[in-house]
This record gives sequence, C-alpha cells and structure tokens, in this order.
Amino acid sequence: MDFLTLAFIFLIAGVVAVPLASKLGLGSVLGYLIAGIVIGPVLVAFNVDVIALQHFAEFGVVMMLFLVGLELEPRMLWQMRGRLLGLGGLQVGGTALAVMGVAMALGQPWTVALAIGLVFALSSTAIVLQTLNEKGLMKSDGGQASFSVLLFQDIAVIPMLALIPLLAMPELMDMAPVDTHAVDSHTAAPAHHGGGHGEETGNETGDGAQDDGHGDTGPAWIETIPGWQRALITIAAIAGVVVGGSLLTRPVFRFIALARLREMFTATALMMVIGIALLMTLVGLSPALGTFLAGVVLANSEYRHELESDIDPFKGLLLGLFFMTVGAGIDFGLLLESIGSILGLTVGLIALKTLVLLVLAHVFGVNGSDRWLFALGLAQAGEFGFVLLGFTVANQVIPASVADQLLLVVALSMLLTPALFIAYERFIVPRLAAAPAEPDQIDDAAPVIIAGHGRWGGIVNRMLVGAGYRTVVLDHSSAQLEALRAFGIKVFFGDASRPDLLHAAGIEEAQMLVVAIDDKDQATEIVRHVAQTQPHLHIIARAVDRDHVYELYAAGCRDIIRETFDSGVRAGRSAFEALGRHPFEAERMARGFVEHDRYVLRELASLFRTDIPAHENEPYVARAREISEEMDAAMTGASNAYTNRIDRGWFPPGEGEVKGDEGA
Amino acid sequence: MARVILYYAHPGQKFSQVNAEMYAVSGLVEGLTRVDLYAEYPRFEVNPDREQKRLLEHDIIVFQYPLFWYSTPSLIKEWQDIVLEHGFAYGTGGTRLEGKRLMLAVTAAGPQEAFSPQGYQHHHLRTFLRPLQQMASLCGMRFLPPYVLYGALREARTGHAGAHVQGYRRLLEGLRDGRLGEAEAEEYEVLTAGAPGEEV
Repeated sequence: MDFLTLAFIFLIAGVVAVPLASKLGLGSVLGYLIAGIVIGPVLVAFNVDVIALQHFAEFGVVMMLFLVGLELEPRMLWQMRGRLLGLGGLQVGGTALAVMGVAMALGQPWTVALAIGLVFALSSTAIVLQTLNEKGLMKSDGGQASFSVLLFQDIAVIPMLALIPLLAMPELMDMAPVDTHAVDSHTAAPAHHGGGHGEETGNETGDGAQDDGHGDTGPAWIETIPGWQRALITIAAIAGVVVGGSLLTRPVFRFIALARLREMFTATALMMVIGIALLMTLVGLSPALGTFLAGVVLANSEYRHELESDIDPFKGLLLGLFFMTVGAGIDFGLLLESIGSILGLTVGLIALKTLVLLVLAHVFGVNGSDRWLFALGLAQAGEFGFVLLGFTVANQVIPASVADQLLLVVALSMLLTPALFIAYERFIVPRLAAAPAEPDQIDDAAPVIIAGHGRWGGIVNRMLVGAGYRTVVLDHSSAQLEALRAFGIKVFFGDASRPDLLHAAGIEEAQMLVVAIDDKDQATEIVRHVAQTQPHLHIIARAVDRDHVYELYAAGCRDIIRETFDSGVRAGRSAFEALGRHPFEAERMARGFVEHDRYVLRELASLFRTDIPAHENEPYVARAREISEEMDAAMTGASNAYTNRIDRGWFPPGEGEVKGDEGA
Repeated sequence: MARVILYYAHPGQKFSQVNAEMYAVSGLVEGLTRVDLYAEYPRFEVNPDREQKRLLEHDIIVFQYPLFWYSTPSLIKEWQDIVLEHGFAYGTGGTRLEGKRLMLAVTAAGPQEAFSPQGYQHHHLRTFLRPLQQMASLCGMRFLPPYVLYGALREARTGHAGAHVQGYRRLLEGLRDGRLGEAEAEEYEVLTAGAPGEEV
C-alpha cells in the first residue's frame, strides 16, 4: 500500500473515531484504540507491517516525555526524587515479584515467571500521560505520583534489558531460531527504549538474536570500547544535552528568528528532539530519558512555550498512530481461541497491579481519590511490554507460545485502561468528593497572560509582578526578549496570535489575558478567539485607535484601553499647566475632556459598523461631525457646556445669594 | 524666630476673591514656608513622608482655606488622613507633633450675625472648627484662635477685604517673630483684622 493511502486510512479512522469517543466521554485514547481495531483487518489485508509502524509511532512517547520535561523545572524534579525512587522502585519491584509468584503458582519455571513479572511491572506511559493531560489531572497528587512511577519505569527498562538474557533457558535454545526479523523489529527499534541494548545483550549471549545487519545503526560501536570509556561517553552525552540545551538554545533560536518563518521554529524543535534521541541511542541510553532531561533543562527557557506548541501536534499524531497500531495489532484469532484464559489473566493482572499500587499509595500518603487515580491509572501493562516480550523471546527466556498470549494480555490491559479511568471518574470521584479536600498543589500556571511585552504590555507586566502576581509574558521579538531577560523578566518567546501558543501558556487556567500586541488585526483576532473559547476569562485589550475600540468591542472585549489616549491627555494637561493654569484646574479640565471623549465614543458606538470602513458609514460620519462641532464650540467658549462641567462646585454664589448678606 | 508653614487649600482659585489675595500677600513674609496643596497634589496623591518631614521642620502650622460646608476643602481632609499617621501624630509613640501650634485662617461667606445661636447657622463659627481643634489636641498641639473673615464675598465686592489681607500679613509675621501674644490671644474666640488680639 502506498504511503498516501496508508496515511489516509489512519487519518480518517482517527478523525471519525476520536471525536465520537470524546463525545461519549470515553477519551481520545480509547477512540484511537477502537479506530485501530476497526482498521485492523484492512491493514492485514494489505499486508501492512503494523509492528514496524508501531515502533515508528513510539517516537511519540519520546516527544511526550520531552514535553513533560518542559513542564518540569529542575527544582521540581529534585523535589520528586523521593517518590521517583521510592514509589517507582517499590512499584516495579513489588509488582514484578507479585506477578512472578502468580506465574510460578500457575506452573511457570522461576526464570520465565521473573521475566513475565518484569514485563508486567511496566505501565503505559503513552496512555497514562496522555489521559492525565487530557483530563487535566497531571498536576494532581495522583497524577504527580503516577508520573514519578512512569519515569522510574522508563529508567528501569535499561537494567531490565541487561538482566533478561541472564534468565535464558537452555532448553528453549532448541526452539530457536524464532522469527528473527520480527524480533529485531522489536529490539532494534530505533525509536524507543533500549533498542540498542537489545542488540548489545543479544550479542553477549551470543545466540538466538542474530545480528541481522542492523547492528551498525544501533550503538554496536560502543560495545567495542572498554567499559570505563563507555561510561565517560555516556556521561559526556548527558552533559552535552544539559549544557547544550541551556547554552545553545537561545542563540540558535535567535538565529532562526532571522528567517521570520514559523516553520523554521517547528523544524528546529523537531531537529532538537530527534537529534537528542539519536545521540542517546548512540550511547546506549533511553532516548525518552534523554529528551526528558533536555526538556527539564529547557523548562526555564523563554522558548519553552514555543517548543511546546511546535512539538505538541507531532506528539499527538504519533501517539494517536501508536494507539491505533495497538488496536490493530490485537490478534483476534488467538484471542477468541483462548478468550477465557486471556481475559482472566488480563483482569487478574489489573487487579494485582491495582492492589500493589493501592498499598504503595497508602504508604506514600497519596490519599482520597488521588489514590484511586494512581492505582487504577497504572494498572495496565505498557508499550514497553511489547518491546520486552519480543526481547525475551529472542533471548530464549519465554517460549514464543506463552509470549503470544502475554502480548494479548498487554494489549487488552491497555485497551481496558480508558475504561478504568471512566470508572474512576464515574464511581470513585463522586464518592470521595465529600471527603475533606487537601489544599490544591500550586501549579506553574500563572493567573495572568500578557500577550506582547512591548512598551505597553511591559508596563502592565511590571505593575502586576511588582504587586506579587504571577504572569506569563509572550513576545515574538527575539531582540526584545534578550533585553528583557537581562533585567530578569520572565518572558517567553512566541507569536501570541497563535491559539496553540496561548493554549501552551495555560489560557485554560488563567484568570486574565492582556492583549498588548502591536498588530491591530491580530489583537482583534486573539480577542475574538479567546472570547469565544474562554468566555469567562477577563480580557483587557489595547486599542490602537477609536475604530479599533469598536472592533474589539464587537470581538467580545469589555475592557478596552486606548494605547495613546491617556498619555495624550496627560500631555494636554501639562500644556494647560505650562500655559499658567493652576495644576488642579488643569487636572479638572483634563478630566472633563476625558469624560466628554468617552461620551463621544459611546455616542458613536451604536453607529459603528464592522463591515464597512468608518468613513463610508454616513450616519457615523454625520454624528461625529455634529459632536465635533459641539466640542469645538465648548472649547472656544461659545457654549458653556464643557467649561461649566469643569467649574461646577467651585463657582461662588453670586451677589445677594448669601443669606443675611443682602443689601450690603 | 519660629518656623512657620502655611498650607493653602482652595480648589477653585480662579474664582477666589479673598483667599488668592491672602496667599499672594503671604509671599511677602520672609522665612515663611508656603504650600499650595491643590497645586502640589492636583490628583490627591498626598505624599506622607514629604509632609511629615515638613511638619517636623516647622513650629507653627497654618491652614488657610475657605469654609466649605462647615468643613475644609476635601484635599485638607485627605492630607489629614494620609499624613497624621498613628505612631507619628498620635497613638503609641505618636508624639512627633507635640508642642507645635496650629492655626486656621478661614473665610466664611455668611455674615458674623449668622454664626450665633440666633443666626441661621445656629452655632458660633468655632463650633464648626471643633474637629480640627480636637485634631490638634490629640496630636499634642496648641490650637490658636482662628483668623476669620465673615461675609467674605460681600467684603470682597465692596472692597473691604483689604484690611483682612493686610492684617493677614502682619499676623504671619507676628507668628514668625513671636510678637503675637499667644497666651493672651487664646482668650479670644476668633481673631479678626483690626480687632483686639490680632495685633499686639
């Protein structure tokens, strides 16, 4: 099947299934899985290599961890270390042992049982993080605990890949060779964990997984050098990512900004992520871990939101593809053959994992509904399971017949995960909602987003920050950014007229948006978009001129500030003072002018039309002239309306008007 | 020589008939600190630090203003609220103004007869100045009898305000030079131009 047809099949399946699933409250992940199941037969009919596609799609997980890293400042990661090691370590160890016990009870030898335990100890980063993000639970205590465990699992895959070959059973050797191609498509997958390690350890055991020539694409060269040098190279690579990330990003992006092309930013962001993934694979580390680290390094960068919005669509599409391949990869023939045992194993696995997680949550003080979110969310086996199972078969650890069934268990447990999340939302949250709520964790979303940090938005930002409010400032001028960073102002690079960037900056959680960008039409568009999508958000917008005020009003803004009006009024007031008016009189005159001007603005508002230019709008022009004449008359003293309003209150009573004063 | 500060408060100086002249003539008094409150704080942004420093640098504080609705123009009230802080002017540790003297120079539109139990204002003028008198008292300041012009609008129209204006200059100089017999003056309810007590 040619590429376009294949892409079209996947896209149409996703486009149809995901909105339907979301509408039914099932979440996008289940939508993708179902779409995958539906198109599965089609893919089989056209002989599409679903597994290869899946490994390509797993790069979405790498991107996701990069994005997660971007959200996580180094300080926060450090704060998580206790949970990361304790909770994560105990979850992997505890689940592996429990599963191993059950497997032995079911008659498996201990080596097979241990391998199964390791495979099933892992959870699905892709499904869990995607679902948590979608439901906005990432910042909750349960979400944070889940993330700690997932991150630990991600790291744990590396030693697992080293351990599994040691469990090889000689009696299985005779059954080799298994389908080495399929195995290699697992182990040599460039896109995901430990592909390289698969090669490495496979070669060490020397049997089964024959090097099929893909070795040189992996880190085979690194095995040829002594261990201490390897360690040094690994450390150097990580240091390279950390130092390069913090030092090179800014100049690179500034350079890119010269081109003034949006796609150059996307290209650069992709280049960074793929480059880091490649480097990590080259030195035999997990690419997901490497990009995660890079993300953490860049979490404080002003380009964070730009990177986020650039990578996010790719991540979403790749993950969607990944979920669909999981759905499509389910072997229904085998499933129906032994549906009872496989369903039983799947449910048993979920129950066992949930139990272990519940105990750990209790020990680590994850309480209330968060405990259930954590326990049910991580109860499935994960995409790493596919990789590890292929790897165990290649290394003669688990017999292929058992592994095929286990693959189904992994896939089914992933398929059931969205259902568990739904159960959590429908049954657990309502029941525990009455329990005393713990204080919300302070997340990093700022209550005020300021779009545009020029001379105008900058003033707003200085005032708000000075008063202790947290702001997220977006600006698309690199030069401006550089200058502001020097003064320690937290500004993010990005074109605020892009809805996705506003989204990345946390518009959903914000209380207020200040639109302070120079471009008049873009400002109106932002207001229109945000007023529609976030109707409860307070928007303060900067108007370029009088017509812009009306346009912004029509777009839905109710707090409109004309950018030069106040300064013009102040200049006028200064002029009055310089001409010898008493400062308080000048102040009163300025106030009178402002009041009159606003009256005019309101008068003309009802006549303004957005569909034709103001000068072609006859009633508008006529009324404007009328008012202008009133104003001129007032200023030249031909009418008393204007001055009277200013002088009222201080005008002394006239002759004979003071009682008892008469006849003097 | 006593250090005297004059706070002048009139929001509509363009229309002032007597106060503007009084303030102009105060400019001839050497060594007098003069503050036009409405010029200094046209947007009511009274600066407490600056004002407290001014108070500490002077011995006698004079407020000159037209009587508006039996009270001061609103900026003086703002000035009081902002400047006379707890711990500075009153309350615990609020002894910084102790021993200073406060004097008012007010003009009233109503004639003297009106300011009596029989008149249409029903009270003596001093009754309407009580809040400021008590303010001085709470701050440990001595409240001197006010310098008053009754029927100010009529006086101005008929050209009789000159005596009050000239008397004002002599009053300020007297305060500065200690020539005003303050103990003696306190026996008077109000001081008026040419009346006993105004000039010693």
